[in-house]
Amino acid sequence: MAVQKSDLPQGTLDLLILKAVAVEPVHGYAIAQRLQQVSGGVVRIPEGSLYPALHRLENRGFLSAAWKITETGREAKFYRLTRKGRKQLETEVASWQRLIEGVGLILGMAKS
Amino acid sequence: MNWWSRLWRRKRMEEQLEKELRFHLDQHASDLIARGHSPAQAQREARIALGGPEQVKERCRDARHTRWAEELFQDTRYALRSFRQKPGFVATTLLISALGIGATTVMFTLINSVLLRPLPFSEPGRIVVLHGFMEHLGEFSGFSYPDFQDIHHASRTLMVAGWTFTGGTISAPGEPEYVDGRLISADLFPVLSISPLYGRAFRTEEDRPGAAPVAMISYGLWQRRFAGDRSALGRKLVFDGKTYVVIAIAPPGFQLSGEADVFTPLGQSTDPRMQNRKAAFIKVVARLAPGVTLNQAQAEISLINRHLAQAYPKSDAGVRMLVRPFLQELVKDVHGTLWLLISAVGLVLFIACVNIASLFLTRAVSRERELAMRVALGAGRGRLVRQCVTESAVLALCGGVLGICAAAVSLHPFMALWPGTLPRANEIHMDWRVLCFGIGMSLLCGLFFGLTPALRVPMHGLEQALRGGGRTVTASSHRLHSPFVISEIALAFVLLVSAGMLGHTLLTLSSLNPGLNARNVLTARFALSPHVIADPSQIPSAWQDVLDRARLIPDVQFAALVDIVPMSEGEDVLDYRTTPNPPPPDQEPFALASSATPDYLNVMGIPLVHGRFFDEHDRDGSEPVVVVDENLAQHAFGRKDVVGENLWSQAMGPAPVQIIGVVGHVRHWGLAGDDQSRVHDQMYFPFAQVPVRLLRVFSSVMSIAIRTRTWPLNIVEPLQRELRGSSGDQALYEIRTMEQLVGASLARERFLSLLFGIFAGLALLLACIGVYGVLAYLTGQRTSEIGVRMAMGAGPRDVMWLVLRQSLKMILVGVALGTIAAFAAGPFLQHLVEGMRPVTAGTYAIVISLLILAALLASFVPARRASVIDPLKALRQE
Repeated sequence: MAVQKSDLPQGTLDLLILKAVAVEPVHGYAIAQRLQQVSGGVVRIPEGSLYPALHRLENRGFLSAAWKITETGREAKFYRLTRKGRKQLETEVASWQRLIEGVGLILGMAKS
Repeated sequence: MNWWSRLWRRKRMEEQLEKELRFHLDQHASDLIARGHSPAQAQREARIALGGPEQVKERCRDARHTRWAEELFQDTRYALRSFRQKPGFVATTLLISALGIGATTVMFTLINSVLLRPLPFSEPGRIVVLHGFMEHLGEFSGFSYPDFQDIHHASRTLMVAGWTFTGGTISAPGEPEYVDGRLISADLFPVLSISPLYGRAFRTEEDRPGAAPVAMISYGLWQRRFAGDRSALGRKLVFDGKTYVVIAIAPPGFQLSGEADVFTPLGQSTDPRMQNRKAAFIKVVARLAPGVTLNQAQAEISLINRHLAQAYPKSDAGVRMLVRPFLQELVKDVHGTLWLLISAVGLVLFIACVNIASLFLTRAVSRERELAMRVALGAGRGRLVRQCVTESAVLALCGGVLGICAAAVSLHPFMALWPGTLPRANEIHMDWRVLCFGIGMSLLCGLFFGLTPALRVPMHGLEQALRGGGRTVTASSHRLHSPFVISEIALAFVLLVSAGMLGHTLLTLSSLNPGLNARNVLTARFALSPHVIADPSQIPSAWQDVLDRARLIPDVQFAALVDIVPMSEGEDVLDYRTTPNPPPPDQEPFALASSATPDYLNVMGIPLVHGRFFDEHDRDGSEPVVVVDENLAQHAFGRKDVVGENLWSQAMGPAPVQIIGVVGHVRHWGLAGDDQSRVHDQMYFPFAQVPVRLLRVFSSVMSIAIRTRTWPLNIVEPLQRELRGSSGDQALYEIRTMEQLVGASLARERFLSLLFGIFAGLALLLACIGVYGVLAYLTGQRTSEIGVRMAMGAGPRDVMWLVLRQSLKMILVGVALGTIAAFAAGPFLQHLVEGMRPVTAGTYAIVISLLILAALLASFVPARRASVIDPLKALRQE
């Protein structure tokens, strides 16, 4: 069974990453995995863009990183949401929600 | 992690990035293996999912925002590496740019300190000076004391202060010593908004006749006489025979038209001129009242001016009062010179840059293939341009730093070379603005000489560039290089013409007849003993005694007294007329008036044209007489022989003075300055007929002039011994020979000629190096072409002509452009330097032939080298 995959709209990757990191510190590979699982395989993270995005968010101070040992005993770079990142997540979620409502309204109108 | 530490820990960041991606790949692969893929397949899938690791890394690096800095670092390292391969090129470039930037920085330091930096007073822009202007006299800076007081009381827009020169012997405490002094009004310190280092400024009630005598002393005198002891305040100081109480120490470095040691209240002065509305000897400084503009102040002063002219037509009509910004007045003498010098230095720097740019260009052309290769391998154009510019900027910056160091070292030696004293000399030093200027100039130069080659980075015709290698088409090379040569030649031409103009002017001026025989004449100012000065009736015999004693010294031929030595500072200008009734006030002619003793003509060697000079019979009580110069005779009477005619002068009272002789004109304002002066006429009065009431004033300015049979400075010591006086408190000062004064009157012209000579020489040298370099390069490129030509039968002479023709074309275009530029620059130079002669055809002819000759000489070497090319070898190179 092949799940229909969707391309991510522009600019949503940052939002998704922030959300994925919000729960607990997590490394890059796990972020990709988690996003794919949670979305039921619909959202496929372009892995090539994942790391540049992580680095960018780190630079902007939304994420902070630390090297930790994983359960498999290897050292990995774990990302954590900073306070600034949490605020950013909230605003981005809010604006996303507004966008969806708006788009939904338009689509609803088109139906009737 | 902040920006800086990201940049700093670049290496660790790289390792961590590598590690992070590796972890990702391994994790993904092991997940895939767990799902049943074979290890090899899993690895492959994981890698495909991530994309090219190098691309991902590159994008991560971009996200760091330190990209440009890293590249800058890389480029710098690359530049330094490439420099190591060409030490000769680097050394030449560094030397040239250090020289250029160093010289420019020195000039900028002077301009910055003297012209640009505000004066060390609060709100210096609001300080103004008052000047007078008369049609026949030009602008002058003196006002009479009554006029000054009227302006002081009447003006609402200005807070007005006045001062004037004085001087005298300090006879207690300590050894007698002659010092310069200033009489200052109580408002001077508030106007300048400065306060004494210790003590207090003069009060208004002290600025009046008969008030308690108080004095302020200079910081220097305080250190010298009182060893910097605070107890000096309140001590007694005997100055000019009068006892003062020291109430203040002036701030260090305080100057009023030069340094002075004693300051006393102007209002206390017993100088008889203080009551005379015609005696304009008070300098006026003022501060604009809050909210008042210069124009408003000028309007009010003009109004006061009109009232004064109506009330006192005899003395004040015909005078226009002008309000001038203080800084502008302070620096007006050097203003032009400084800008002139920085323009000249700027031209040299520009030629240096052009030279380096053409060196860089030669290098860039030979690197064309390397650059083409790099473009082919995917390097962006912007990136390559950036790299080229980084390379030149690094070089220029190093040169600039060297130049700034050189400037810091040579600043003070250069200031010592300056003719006369620079205004604000004690304020001259390098500051952050100079540093910014130096660094900025270097970067600009770097950009300039790096950008041209950088824009040569090939984008099209890569294939051709790669295949052709270094051997590109000669015609395009030529087109590329000739602008450099042409501009260098043109700029060097402008500097050479300027130097030629200055040299020509200097020659013309120094061959002018000064009107006197300056050989073996000693002049010195002399201060009589204060207790003689205190009793004016003793003064004439005291001066006679001075002359008698001076004549006793062996090798003294003649000795005389004069109030103003020609070509030294100072002037006394009087009105004159040929009829008893005064002409309209603003149409009176003026003449320079000197008071002298009978031997003056013999001392100075001024030719007597008609009649006689003074003798012992012209004394107080006998008929008042005057001797005039040829100019005055010509202007006033239209002929030379005017002996027996009468002259009248308002300054001398209603009685006429009889002309008893006519003498030659003396270039009193200096060889260069005399033609610029508005007053060309001269008259001489016998010192013996100076009214007794004015004797004190005259005695404070008198100089002694002596014609000797030997080197004049030899008699200074016996003279000093002989003239010390009975109480040992008389001193000679400002000792100079007439030859020194004549020489000094051309100091500015000589200094400018010397500097311009050096600049022009440098420019010529640089231009020749440029011509040589470019031609050698172009000829090198044409080796195989020349080989073919020779194989076809061209002789060495033809080949030489081929090369020389190429260079001659560039040189001629350069000279043509230079001539146009020099024509434009000529008036500018004439405007800035007094007495400057217009450029002559002779100067042009000399400069043109010199430049063409030098440039051809420079091109001769590569031409000769081309003419001995072995055609076989040249063709085999192909």
